[in-house]
Amino acid sequence: MFRYSKGTFVREVAMLLVALIMMLPFYILFNTAFKNTEEALSSSALALPTNPTLEGFSASLATTGSRSLIVGALNSLIITVGSVVLLIIIGSLAAFVIIRRPGKISKTLLALFLLAIILPAQLGLIPVYIGLRSLGLVGTHIGMIIMYTGLLMPLSVFLYTGFVRTLPRDYEEAAQIDGASPFATFRKIVFPLLGPATGTVAILTSLIIWNDFFTSLVFLSGSDAVTLPVVVYSFVGELVSKWNVIFAAVILSMIPFLVFYLFAQKKFIQGFAGGIKS
Amino acid sequence: MSTTSAKTGPVSETEPAGTGSGRPARRLPNRDSRYASWWWAVPAVALVIAIHYAAIAAGSIYAFTDYKGLGSFKFVGLDNFAKIFSGGASMKALINTLIIAFVFLIATNGIGLAFALALNRTLRSRHFLRVILFAPVVLSPLAVSYIWKFIFQQKGPLNEFLASIGLESWQQTWLGDPQVVLISILLVMVWQNVGLTMVIYLAGLANVPEDLEEAAALDGAGVWKRFTSVTLPILRPTIVVASTLILVQGLRVFDQVQALTGGGPYGASETLATQVYKETFVNGRYGYGAALSLVMTVLILVFALLQMGLLRGKKDD
Repeated sequence: MFRYSKGTFVREVAMLLVALIMMLPFYILFNTAFKNTEEALSSSALALPTNPTLEGFSASLATTGSRSLIVGALNSLIITVGSVVLLIIIGSLAAFVIIRRPGKISKTLLALFLLAIILPAQLGLIPVYIGLRSLGLVGTHIGMIIMYTGLLMPLSVFLYTGFVRTLPRDYEEAAQIDGASPFATFRKIVFPLLGPATGTVAILTSLIIWNDFFTSLVFLSGSDAVTLPVVVYSFVGELVSKWNVIFAAVILSMIPFLVFYLFAQKKFIQGFAGGIKS
Repeated sequence: MSTTSAKTGPVSETEPAGTGSGRPARRLPNRDSRYASWWWAVPAVALVIAIHYAAIAAGSIYAFTDYKGLGSFKFVGLDNFAKIFSGGASMKALINTLIIAFVFLIATNGIGLAFALALNRTLRSRHFLRVILFAPVVLSPLAVSYIWKFIFQQKGPLNEFLASIGLESWQQTWLGDPQVVLISILLVMVWQNVGLTMVIYLAGLANVPEDLEEAAALDGAGVWKRFTSVTLPILRPTIVVASTLILVQGLRVFDQVQALTGGGPYGASETLATQVYKETFVNGRYGYGAALSLVMTVLILVFALLQMGLLRGKKDD
């Protein structure tokens, strides 16, 4: 009954039009970035650049110090990778023991993690800031990694528990019979089987950390560890109307995840739809 | 830490009960301890307690003090809250936050659901459209806001477009007019997030059995009737998830406001989060900032629980 009919065709055309309009900001972004400063301001946003130029890109890459996009990208990379690795290791271990040893403790711990997902972390930010400051970790990579790992641990544990629940014990039992220790069993047998969950955790948490502005602004402003969003923010704040430069910086800051998304879009969409849902 | 914790598991289990180690033999060994040790959960639990629970508890205490971020502080009772609700910039921010969160909730879920229904099943380009419409979700809200800042300029693309289709009267100073600025910010937020709700609803729609819809159609149910009596009930848990997610995002909105207007013009677009940022980390009024945070936290908790209760409750109809 759900066949392709005239109505479907109309719906299809309408949705393609909607998508076209929704994509206009992207067109404007890339189009303007390749104009020179003067043309970016004066010409129509939809008109193609008369003399495409990389002026904006070279200007935005020429910045140094805490305005340097490259330093910002490097800091973002260190903090994101460090946090995601910890979220995967610590989260999967915790989720595994919670599911494999059901009982009162397991129920309590699971509730602890689940409640923390709903609990907004904003209020805790001030004490975390003060705590990290007293440890001398404000404005450092380590401080940020600890904070993000803690902030996103409930999400990681939640995603892993959902997956471990569906995992049969046969492989683990076989490994036990072969005399493997529990940890060796986990490392060699269980963890590889958790692959799909690890993928979802990696995508969701790296995206959240890479794009996070509020906490990195609070914790990193003026430090050497400034992440990309903070760099873009302070960089743009100084430029008035140099839209080609601003847009070049915006493009450079979003390229990594845009490319990552285009190559792994199915996994991204599944991660968001399934991860959040389950 | 994991190497030491790995040992604690097997010790009690691999040794036959009662031999060596001097430990009391366990009569009924918990067979599950062969698989994992509780020590494995310690790092995760410690982090969650420190960064979530202890921090939120400490934050709630600061909310009742005049803490400046350094040195000592004294308790000031409800002074901070009295100041928030007395009608100044913070009160304005609170109202703005509620307006933004509510409109964001309705618009993003409504449009996202509409897109999902339109894309579901029959469209040939549905996979392509899904990828395209979801793309803004993976971008940083900050970066997205700068694109729109350009679009919203006085002589920018949006006003230019309105003029070209003869709607000069619709032209606005999108970010400079206190009457319009919230709409502009909402436009950016909705644009970036409809792809997210759409994808969540598409996943929910996949649970609607096709033959159930066909049966309803054979019974003479029209499109709308089929939607309300077949699709919607099955979709209810999905609606809870999507709307809670969006509502919480709306109540915490910061990036877009900070990038588009910085809270201006004249505080017309301040939100709780921008106020928390300014009061705490710019003005150094930690106690007051914590009180604002507490208001936001309570709002988020109350609304999230209310929403779950509301939509769950309706199930019994």
